[in-house]
Order: sequence, then structure tokens, then C-alpha cells
Amino acid sequence: MNTKRRSFLKSSAAAGAFGVAVSAGLIAPRAVLAAWPKAAFESADTNEAISGSLGSGSITESSDIALKAPEIAENGAVVPITVTSKIAGTESISILIPKNPTPLTATFKMGSGAEGFVSTRVKMSKTSDVLVVVKAGGKLYSTKKEVKVTIGGCGG
Amino acid sequence: MAKSIKVRAKVKGGVTVVKALISHAMETGQRKNKKTGEKFPAHFIQEVTCSHNGNNVLMADWGTAISKNPYLSFKFSGASAGDTLKMSWVDNKGESDSVEAKIK
Repeated sequence: MNTKRRSFLKSSAAAGAFGVAVSAGLIAPRAVLAAWPKAAFESADTNEAISGSLGSGSITESSDIALKAPEIAENGAVVPITVTSKIAGTESISILIPKNPTPLTATFKMGSGAEGFVSTRVKMSKTSDVLVVVKAGGKLYSTKKEVKVTIGGCGG
Repeated sequence: MAKSIKVRAKVKGGVTVVKALISHAMETGQRKNKKTGEKFPAHFIQEVTCSHNGNNVLMADWGTAISKNPYLSFKFSGASAGDTLKMSWVDNKGESDSVEAKIK
């Protein structure tokens, strides 16, 4: 019984140390990747989704993020989105669609050598802003653009 | 099952442009079967990892709102032609796939 208690204490101490190391950025992102932020992806609230996946903090609007998206999307199931971040030290780019059932669409984490550029295709249930949040140097920057959707992309 | 990913990577001026297409249903869990009224269970890619020489160059967490048969493009520096690029994905059912491609 005592040995069990020992190992329990050990493992909890290790977990604590791990948490500290992650927050200090000591451990390679691969280890962090294992934790897919379920709550953030399932949240129906945009702010909750941002704080759950990127951490809370004030968001500054920035003109250094270029968001390329169509003004009118004929088919909401396939909306091409391209994001270019000119902010130095871009760590991650997140795409959120506030009017989708779950706003958080994707978070792209930049690894070694990756540039602040990402292009993908998303689904939009109806006309909405597309919100891009860029994390750089521990701070959050954002930009947004409205996309008009004529046919929704979430089935019917 | 290594056929679900198509990757092209090309170096130009020191920057590698990666373009990838993954074939996957990306079911949101919101769509209803019109005959039975039941919802199709969610089935979507959660994590995509792309690495070069053992370094992760891009890690993506995806939700259900990424389009069916996802397209992904990104850029990184530090690779040269002939290097191998590895890309893999894991979905919410634990299925996964990975592919290696030569950078041109």
C-alpha cells in the first residue's frame, strides 16, 4: 500500500513538473499536440473557444494579418480561406467562424521554420464573419472578414 | 491506407511550399439522415502533423468545420530539394494515416 502511495505521489509530481515545463515552453510541441482541445472545439461561444484553445488575454486587431476569403460563397461547404501573418514570431493561426454551431474551426501551430501562412477550405453554415486569431510572442492578434453564404455547409 | 493523402512540396528561393489533399468524410455530426431523422455520427480529422527531418513544421488541430476532403497549404524554410516530408493525420475515431513525399 505504501509503495502505491509512493508511486502516486511520484506521478503527480511528474505531472506537475510537466505542466510547468509546457507552460514555460520547454517541451517540444509534439507532446502538447496530444491534447486536442475538446472543450474549445465543442464550445458554441466564440470567446470561450478562443480562451480554451489559445489562452485568455486581450486581443488586438492587427493589419499585419491578411485574410483572403471570398465576399460571397456560393457553396458554404467549401469556402477557401488563406491567411498570411506578417507578425514576427507567429506561433499559431486559428480560424473561427462565430455563427457556426461550433465556432472554432482550426488551429495551425507553426513549428520550426514555418512561415505565417496557411491555406485551407472550411464549412460555413450561414453568412458570418471569419475571424482569424494569431498568437505571436504570447499575445493575440486578430482580423476578420465577412463572407456571405448563399447555401449553408452543414447539411439541412 | 496510405492513399488518403496527396502531398506536393516544392522549394523555391529557400521556401518550401507544401500543398496537401486528404480524402476524408469530415462528418460534422450535425447532418441528418433524411429517411430516419437520425444524425450521422461525427467523423473528422482532429490532428494533422507535418514534419521535415524529424522537426515538426506544422501541427494543426481541426474541428468539424474543415471541408470534406480537406485541402491544406503552408510554407516553411530550411528544406532543400530531395528531402523527405512526412505528413500524418488522426481522426476522432482513432483512425490515422501518414505519407512521405520527396521535396522537389
